[in-house]
Amino acid sequence: MMTAMNPRMSTSMSEGRINRLEIQHVALLSRLHLTEEDITEHTVILNRILEYFAKLNELDTEGVSCTSHSINMNNVFREDVATPSLTAEDALANAPEKELNCFKVPQIIQEG
Amino acid sequence: MKVYELSVKEARDRLLQREISSRELTLGVLERIREIDPKIHAYLEVSEELAMEQAEEADKRLAKGDNISPLTGIPIAIKDNICAKGVRTTCASRILENFTPPYDATVISHLKQAGAVILGKTNMDEFAMGSSTENSGFQITRNPWNLERIPGGSSGGSAAAVASDMAICALGSDTGGSIRQPASYCSVVGLKPTYGRVSRYGLVAYGSSLDQIGPLTKNVIDAAIVLSAIAGHDPRDSTSVNKPVPDYTSYCREEIEGLRIGVPREYFAEGMDPEVANLVHSAIRRMEEMGAEIVDISLPHTQYAIACYYICAMAEASSNLARYDGAHYGYRAPDTDNIIEMYSKTRAQGFGAEVKRRIMLGTYALSAGYYDAYYLKALRVRTLIKRDFENAFEKVDIVATPVTPTAAFKIGEKITDPLTMYLSDIYTISLNLAGMCGISIPCGFTGGSLPVGLQLIANIFQEDILFRAAYAYEQSTPHHKRKPDI
Repeated sequence: MMTAMNPRMSTSMSEGRINRLEIQHVALLSRLHLTEEDITEHTVILNRILEYFAKLNELDTEGVSCTSHSINMNNVFREDVATPSLTAEDALANAPEKELNCFKVPQIIQEG
Repeated sequence: MKVYELSVKEARDRLLQREISSRELTLGVLERIREIDPKIHAYLEVSEELAMEQAEEADKRLAKGDNISPLTGIPIAIKDNICAKGVRTTCASRILENFTPPYDATVISHLKQAGAVILGKTNMDEFAMGSSTENSGFQITRNPWNLERIPGGSSGGSAAAVASDMAICALGSDTGGSIRQPASYCSVVGLKPTYGRVSRYGLVAYGSSLDQIGPLTKNVIDAAIVLSAIAGHDPRDSTSVNKPVPDYTSYCREEIEGLRIGVPREYFAEGMDPEVANLVHSAIRRMEEMGAEIVDISLPHTQYAIACYYICAMAEASSNLARYDGAHYGYRAPDTDNIIEMYSKTRAQGFGAEVKRRIMLGTYALSAGYYDAYYLKALRVRTLIKRDFENAFEKVDIVATPVTPTAAFKIGEKITDPLTMYLSDIYTISLNLAGMCGISIPCGFTGGSLPVGLQLIANIFQEDILFRAAYAYEQSTPHHKRKPDI
């Protein structure tokens, strides 16, 4: 069920509508379990929103640089000095499941 | 006058004069919460025991007369996306329903050092995603001015608490207007500081390049007091900027003679409620009468701001919210067989509808094949929006605009249509994209007695000009003194 899918990807934003298969693919990437009903609802609403987003295509942004951060700032460095951090007890205090001072999760690797 | 009605400055003067104690003040506010909050539902949790301990600690400091700061003994409400050690922090999400942070956000450390009294955590849209606080996983907060209406969002609980005197002041967070818009709808003052002015360490991340913590208060000088206490560089937030923090109250003077105020024509466009437009225009005229010079300006890319903002914010959100995996803290779906199923069911059951939508859209905008068309496109448009402001600030000192196109809407009115809800953010989101600081101050009431706010915007790190203009305008009007009849 969770194997990777290869939905038909359209590359132009004008065709940027999203179909059911793509919704399922994005849900997988997002680690969100969707019911059939959820998929239908997301397909309708996300299409409307994506259509609105396509408004940006009215603008010619050829040669315009990207702003990912509003204040001019480059890499911020500091000395590599160890400072006190959370104890293992504090770090584990909110864990849904723990064992032997570790976070416990369901099986990750299937036995061959 | 009841103690809970006091502003920060009034309460502080009485504490210093020993007319009241922090204990009396805190008890008064807690009693007010008990009486009023069953109607408003602003608080998710009231940390009464902690508040009383802190109040008694503050009284000791006040009695000794040393180590006193402007917030010593002042009760403050905290939006529930800001971590305070040992106080449940849920972001109004089921996925964090039982999360108790093992550390303090830097702003909370500042408040504790100042001797402030933390009242509790206020309701919000889940993970700050929303404009009405209706996206809370726990409760609907009501607008103190009209209980059928939303208080705004996402800091709706903080705004409603301050407006109804259930806190002397509050902290909120603003990613696209989440402090200024509820401040406007509830007739309080709300400030979004310049990006990097206040540390985000311990603020649960939504859109990291946009988020900023700021105050919601009963008047402008209180906002200056709170900002002076929480601002500053923090090695734990590498995006916080290393600039000295002035005493912002020193800029609260009634001097706006010669101040150049830009009025962007794109902000008074179609879809604007004429009553709101009139009130904002009157406020601008008032400032002109006081000696400011009004300049017609253009921010030509305004109409693209909503699409640009939501793509950036959703992309960042989809990445930030990847941490809710059911492994380290928060909710975990029961009875799952493998790790992917555990992640997917935990997140499906733990997140609300709007949060899922934004994670989906953000993931889509960052995914192979769409990254250039959506995400990079939005980052380029962000540059154009930022340039609009930079060009404007070559001609003017400050920009004056409405905060919202209408006054507070009815509960349920927009919640079924996410896009309509997004469109109501048109006047607040641009400055988060550009990093500028902005403030919402009360500028009157509609015929239906709903509050309307005036937004003032200043260039990065020019909170001083913002306070000067906001204070001068506020002192010339009675709006901030009007209280809701609850």
